[in-house]
Amino acid sequence: MTASLPAAAPKIAARSVSKHYPTADGTMVALEDFSLDVADGEFVCIVGPSGCGKSTFLRMVAGLESISLGSIDIRPGSERGKPLNSVVFQEYAIFPWKTLIENVAFGPQMRGVGRAERLDTARYWLDRVGLGKFADYYPHQISGGMKQRVSIIRALANDPEVLLMDEPLGALDAQTRVVIQEELLRIWEETRKTVLYITHSLDEAVLLGDRVILMSAQPGRRLATFRIELPRPRSIAMTNSPRFAEYRAQIWEQLSAEVTRAMEARP
Amino acid sequence: MTSATTDGPAPAGHREAPRRGRASGGDLRAGLLFLAAGAALNAALAAAGLWSDFAWPAIGASFVLLVLACERIGRLVPVKGRAAYERTLALGFPLLVLVLWELAADSGFINPTWFPPPSRIGAALWDLSTRYDRFSGTTLLGRPWLMPEAFSKEGWAGIWALVAESHVFATVARVLVGFVLGAIPGVLLGVVMGLNQTVRLMLDTTLSAIYVLPKIAIFPIVMLMFADPFGEAPKILVVGLSVFILMAINTMAAVRGIDRVYLMAGRNYGARGWSMLRHVILPGALPVIFSGLRMALGTAMIVIISVEFVRAKQGVGYMTFYYWEVLNPEKMYAGLVVVMILGVLLTYALQWLQRRLMPWQK
Repeated sequence: MTASLPAAAPKIAARSVSKHYPTADGTMVALEDFSLDVADGEFVCIVGPSGCGKSTFLRMVAGLESISLGSIDIRPGSERGKPLNSVVFQEYAIFPWKTLIENVAFGPQMRGVGRAERLDTARYWLDRVGLGKFADYYPHQISGGMKQRVSIIRALANDPEVLLMDEPLGALDAQTRVVIQEELLRIWEETRKTVLYITHSLDEAVLLGDRVILMSAQPGRRLATFRIELPRPRSIAMTNSPRFAEYRAQIWEQLSAEVTRAMEARP
Repeated sequence: MTSATTDGPAPAGHREAPRRGRASGGDLRAGLLFLAAGAALNAALAAAGLWSDFAWPAIGASFVLLVLACERIGRLVPVKGRAAYERTLALGFPLLVLVLWELAADSGFINPTWFPPPSRIGAALWDLSTRYDRFSGTTLLGRPWLMPEAFSKEGWAGIWALVAESHVFATVARVLVGFVLGAIPGVLLGVVMGLNQTVRLMLDTTLSAIYVLPKIAIFPIVMLMFADPFGEAPKILVVGLSVFILMAINTMAAVRGIDRVYLMAGRNYGARGWSMLRHVILPGALPVIFSGLRMALGTAMIVIISVEFVRAKQGVGYMTFYYWEVLNPEKMYAGLVVVMILGVLLTYALQWLQRRLMPWQK
């Protein structure tokens, strides 16, 4: 962070953001008056019932979806040429036609980083998550968990100002999920990137996040904020602690009401 | 077909669950029984003098019995021999058909004038390759027997002159040039149509309408467009046009079929314009584009052969039609065989290209 900027200036500043879709039956409001500040180096998780517009919000932050009302700003860092954001998609979205190392080097390649340098960066990240010896494999040759690892380090190798993760572990089986959560924790404690993390899983939100934002069912609004004051570095073992259970119960109490409401609203 | 053997009745109530990798006498017995039943059926019909009257039902029943027999015998094949077994089946059956065709023609069951036996077609093919037809003034492969002399006299130019006069060269050259000239702009237009809704809406209906036109029907119009209507240009253009239309439609579908998440990922990681096309859109569309290219190759062969039927002095299509005019069925069939061989070779070439361009596919 540069000295000229106040320490409190948020890394991501979303102000009264709304998203409307025109449909045949009139306007559909996906997200309404949603504001959120994410501090530099903060890990913020957003949870909410299905269809609450949390993925839509993330895509708007990423610039992949237009904003109907309001504004979203990502504050650039002091380093020039660094990308503002990189997304980790739920469906992995690593390119089947590129080898793992080419996939990881994709962001730098698009920014014009030289071949040797970007492959070095990619190799560093592959080694770091234990995929070094699969560098020249194609995605169809590896498992879902490995694909999502590649997707995560593709974002990290791009070294963005903020990392946007859209239910990155949603498609994985329970065991693989825990392993990658653990890995994610480890990498995050080391890099301290600003992260916006969308998830369905309360456990995941409480385990990873500094703050958990709860959203209401359609139209998505900000319902509640929970500051998670579990000590860092965290580990999977903490999910068994009484404090963890307390946070979880607190959030679930409000979330379950929303989920019921959402289910009743849509037959 | 072997003579019918009398088999004892199969032991009833002695069915075993099919288990791969373990030999079971039941399967072998059943397989042989099916074969014997087929032989017996045909022998009985022949003995009664009824085979000709019931030829089609008899052929159908024999085929079904043969399939049943092969399935039973196939169960006995160990996992290790599976590949060999499958190859035997794939090549053995066509071979069996050729042998039966040969026998049927020899025995006079089918008229050898219209259905010359495979051996005579083979001989005709050999004849076409090794003899100069003074009437048509060209040969199938370009008089290979003159090539050593031509090479010693004029070098590669001599060989080239001989190859250039051949039917195979004329057809292959027209197909390849037309194919490339049609496929490249077709793919480009397809990409544009896949990405831009306005262009797609404007052109989609028109292209679909032209697509269903038989391309040979456009040929007269194409001939009108050229100073030399009998030259190579109209022939190549009509091939190119049919490939172009097909590839434009096919590539449009391919581009629209790319999973949206890849486009989002490409954009999010900074791909724009050319780099988006090069790294995301083209590779994402390539599998469908290649299946389109295979269809386009078939269309190109159909178009060029029909064009050569109508108006050409050289080419495999011309040759085939010429031998119809002089009533030489063996050589007509030989022409068709050449077309099939060309089709298979060009398809292999395309598959080779596909493996080179798409190493990520299994």
